[in-house]
Amino acid sequence: MKEIIVISGKGGTGKTSILASLAVLAKPVVVADCDVDAADLHLLLSPEVLESNDFLGGAKVEINPRLCTACGKCAELCRFDAISLTGVGNEKVKATYQVDPIACEGCGVCVYFCPEKAIEMTDAVNGRWFVSQCRVGPMVHARLNPAEENSGKLVTIVRNRAREIASKEHIETILVDGAPGVGCPVIASLTGADIALIITEPTLSGLHDMKRVAELAGHFGLERYLCINKWDINPELTEQINEIAKEMDISVLGKVRYDSAITQAQVENLSAIEYITGGVCDDIRQLWSELADVIRG
Amino acid sequence: MKIAIASGKGGTGKTTIATNLARVASDKGQSVAYLDCDVEEPNGHIFLKPEIEREQSVISLIPEVDEGKCIHCGKCGEFCRYSAIVCIRDKVLVYPELCHSCGGCALVCPTGAITERQRQTGVVQIGKSDSIDFVHGISDLGVAVTPPLVRAVKKSAPSADIIIIDAPPGTSCPVIESVRDVDYVVLVAEPTPFGLNDLKLAVEMCRTLGLRFAVVVNRVGIGDDRVHRYCKDEGLEILQEFPDDRKIAQAYSQGMLACEIYEDYRELFLQLLDKINNIVGLTKKSTSNLVKEDSDAGV
Repeated sequence: MKEIIVISGKGGTGKTSILASLAVLAKPVVVADCDVDAADLHLLLSPEVLESNDFLGGAKVEINPRLCTACGKCAELCRFDAISLTGVGNEKVKATYQVDPIACEGCGVCVYFCPEKAIEMTDAVNGRWFVSQCRVGPMVHARLNPAEENSGKLVTIVRNRAREIASKEHIETILVDGAPGVGCPVIASLTGADIALIITEPTLSGLHDMKRVAELAGHFGLERYLCINKWDINPELTEQINEIAKEMDISVLGKVRYDSAITQAQVENLSAIEYITGGVCDDIRQLWSELADVIRG
Repeated sequence: MKIAIASGKGGTGKTTIATNLARVASDKGQSVAYLDCDVEEPNGHIFLKPEIEREQSVISLIPEVDEGKCIHCGKCGEFCRYSAIVCIRDKVLVYPELCHSCGGCALVCPTGAITERQRQTGVVQIGKSDSIDFVHGISDLGVAVTPPLVRAVKKSAPSADIIIIDAPPGTSCPVIESVRDVDYVVLVAEPTPFGLNDLKLAVEMCRTLGLRFAVVVNRVGIGDDRVHRYCKDEGLEILQEFPDDRKIAQAYSQGMLACEIYEDYRELFLQLLDKINNIVGLTKKSTSNLVKEDSDAGV
């Protein structure tokens, strides 16, 4: 079984659009959408949800205003500036301490050290994750509620389930849609994966961000490959990216031309491969044929 | 006035809008601070080309275990909500990249075996792009917890008439840290199904945080009209529209500011700035003390 994670560093370089087309060419395949902050792959693959689960990634911390003596121990120990003397008063004190749920990171220090045992922490649902079936195979995806935390943990759940399914159903390939950036959700999607397919674009920003995410993927020991999307919007820069990839010992598996059909396919809720023939699809087929060779080893 | 430029989806044009706004505001005579809070992949410097004047290391505190004092009671591991410290039989393992620096493990340790040491998580660089005060953060590769860096960038902001915060994509921790105390959020959206889906998430985030916001639609002409219909149905103001324009894509690819090379775009960004100034007002100068001093992100 091979797990291929599609990442880019910079957002909007075409990860999800290209992945959907690759999934159609690769089927049967397990797809996992690990961009849990802003998941879009379901818009192209229209999964039928078979199983829906709560994600208990949040923590709700509350100070009981009847028990609080306003001693201030909690606020003193909190490293996140999440506790302030702004709560209602009680018979003993004029004001009590209160937790700002946005600033709170749910560490539990205040709960543990409150001498009055006035603080309670409960698990909170802050997202959902789904096991579905779509036209290319099984799909695992998720939705982290906006303004929530712990995206890395949710990514790990999605990946673990995708691997379980692949092994049970004897499917050889898992395609993972990663998040932009190089932080928590990306790190959670890289650990233990086999191949990183980095989608970049010939812009100075794309190049800058590609270098960082490629270095990160190397740090986690993944085999790294590059795809230059919209390569023809700046052929000189594409050439430069080719050179840099060579220096970094990363093979360029494919170049995909700019084509507005990619967006039109999106409007029709389809991958480009299913929507048009020729042009950009030839580039994507070529990319898949190279990637399939890599997967076979 | 503190405004944040944000979006659920990546690559919708946040940095383009933020850097061009900074430039036209500065040219108009406003004092401007531009803060790149996308510390994982900062790109603002590519367009504003600042001269960096100083650099500060951003550190977080992570636990260090004195095995001589440790009795392997496991209290630290039981306490940690982030699985950053784990006690297995006769060994305690620390995973710095998962640590949120809450300090809890050191506090619960009954034998005083845990102390905290400093670990660099990234740097903040401060400089000038002509008269714009420029600040950005760069996370060290492998660092998962980036909100402390965002806090450090915001803490380094000088006073200005207008502070422009270039937020990372998404709607979770680092984004919240970037936008939570601003006066106004500009959400940049693309008129595509992905753009619509992610705009809805960003709107939900702003509403959850109780922030004032409006929408800028970028690359009008691609995709469809669903973003416009959504804004209309939800009563959201579209502050400005920018057309899908190959010359802008080319300027972007080369790291050039559209407002500096195309007069029509300078005009569009000036209009956007005027609208923001009118809505948010120039009532008072924003101070540099954007966030209170905190201990987890000492600079």
